[in-house]
Amino acid sequence: MTTPITLTTPTTSTTPGEGDPQSPPMVQVRGLHKSFGQLAVLRGVDLDVPAGSVTVVLGPSGSGKSTLLRSINHLEKLDRGHVAIDGELIGYRRSGDRLYELREREVLRQRTHIGFVFQNFNLFPHLTVLENLVEAPIAALGRPRAEARAAALALLARVGLADKADAYPRQLSGGQQQRVAIARALALEPKVLLFDEPTSALDPELVGEVLDVIKDLARSGTTMIVVTHEIGFAREVADTVVFMDGGVVVEQGPPAEVLDRPRHERTRAFLAKVL
Amino acid sequence: MTVTTEKPPAPPLPGAGSGPGQGPRLDLDELAGLRTVRARHPWRWAAGIAALVVVAQFAHGLATNPGWDWATFRLFFTADTIVRAVGRTLKLTAYGTVLGFLLGAGVAALRLSRSAILRTIAWAYVWVFRSIPLIVQLVFWFNLSYLYKRFGIGIPFGPTFGEVDTVGVLSALGAAVLGLGLHQAAFAAEIIRGGILAVDPGQREAAAALGIPRWRQARRIVLPQAMRGILPAAANEVISLLKGTSVVYVMAIGELFYQAQVIYGRTGRVVPLLMVATVWYVLLTTVLSIGQYYVERHFARGSRRTPPPTPLQRARAFVRSLPTVRTSGGHP
Repeated sequence: MTTPITLTTPTTSTTPGEGDPQSPPMVQVRGLHKSFGQLAVLRGVDLDVPAGSVTVVLGPSGSGKSTLLRSINHLEKLDRGHVAIDGELIGYRRSGDRLYELREREVLRQRTHIGFVFQNFNLFPHLTVLENLVEAPIAALGRPRAEARAAALALLARVGLADKADAYPRQLSGGQQQRVAIARALALEPKVLLFDEPTSALDPELVGEVLDVIKDLARSGTTMIVVTHEIGFAREVADTVVFMDGGVVVEQGPPAEVLDRPRHERTRAFLAKVL
Repeated sequence: MTVTTEKPPAPPLPGAGSGPGQGPRLDLDELAGLRTVRARHPWRWAAGIAALVVVAQFAHGLATNPGWDWATFRLFFTADTIVRAVGRTLKLTAYGTVLGFLLGAGVAALRLSRSAILRTIAWAYVWVFRSIPLIVQLVFWFNLSYLYKRFGIGIPFGPTFGEVDTVGVLSALGAAVLGLGLHQAAFAAEIIRGGILAVDPGQREAAAALGIPRWRQARRIVLPQAMRGILPAAANEVISLLKGTSVVYVMAIGELFYQAQVIYGRTGRVVPLLMVATVWYVLLTTVLSIGQYYVERHFARGSRRTPPPTPLQRARAFVRSLPTVRTSGGHP
């Protein structure tokens, strides 16, 4: 009984939503460009996410939301621009007036600070729920198995799946799988959590249980960026709503502003379609 | 002139057009006590019986045709020389499989590498060794000493630390294992690569997002899932290698087929000795097939909500279901 169970998540201790004006933003994105062949997906994106805040990214499909998220944890290599998490440059190391591309091993280490939740869960189907949760803490952080196990069980309890530790992912519903995926991301105690359309692959009646878990995390002060189509969720949980279209941020601000009094025609047109 | 199109009155379709309550009365409650007569399939039975007749004829021939000479078969089936030859066949298969799949895994990894040089070299390996017929390759290795008299270890294009005669390093058996292994590796590489490519890219992506080291991503996340795709094809390869070892007779290695030939060369009883070899090959393949089933089952974990039953469990379930079959078939 010596294992401490860490339940505090992912954050430095700032008031949720406020973001200490003195401290630098938890996530900084500057001048992000990314093309796939001829197709320019991101065309100069800037974004600041204060620690402890929830940023919801909205926008039509193809607007670059997912690519932005995947660029933040370097699953996509950037063409131009920079990303920093908690003051640490992602994917590069500065030495003098040069930036050196990091090797894969170092990028992998940086990713342990960035939790990522996929649209399709991407749980490892051949491992049990518990094995899914302890894999990264053991393999990437070198945690002792017993400690990783205890932390994983506590996380499962937190997402309401304590009794599913020994089940295989395919034995669970979509909503349960996504909750396991969230717990798996939390197991690394990341500084920031990225959600890539976490409810888009779910049957309508399962969306609620996943959003409840995310709301719970938001209340506990986890820094999060959530790409979603759930406007109601954005209104309820977001500190900042970012509207993207055509690879740029069209406007951003508190939900009451962006959702109820959008300043840009494109935002109005999008909201008219989805609301 | 007016054209009127007038449809002939449609024949009344059963149920169509008639409102509720106008069709024939069907009282489902009345049916409760009635006996159900199964549909009969006379042609299915006829075809089955015809096939059985052919099989029976063949079996009768096996038993009665003196040409099969089952006495000689019995005499040699468990003879020392044959059993030793079976051992040698197994040894060749085992070494060939291990060498082939280890090397094949390496070649597959190179083919999936991010280095264009390594990818090209691996591609060239597969290209060359898939192109050369196994028997040609075996004879070639057997004659390696004509090409390289001595075999040494040293710095490439530089000094050599030690040398030995090629003939001394590469016995006939060694040449056979080398040939089988190199040949097998080309095919194994493609099978392994195919299995890896079939794993959902999201799996590797999720592992990368979790910061799991690359080697562990491959070993713990990708390969176990790739195994499901690899195994059926790999089992095919092992079985075809088992039989492929018979080609090694050209190097006068006393494996099963070679030994059978030696014996019928001496005794003139060709057919029974071919049968000795055949039955051994069938037995060994059977054992491999059973092994394949259980290995596949192991790697299928998590792929279904409930694991499929083993043949033993299936047989027990079948036996348990028998009494009900009998009662349903035993209606007067």
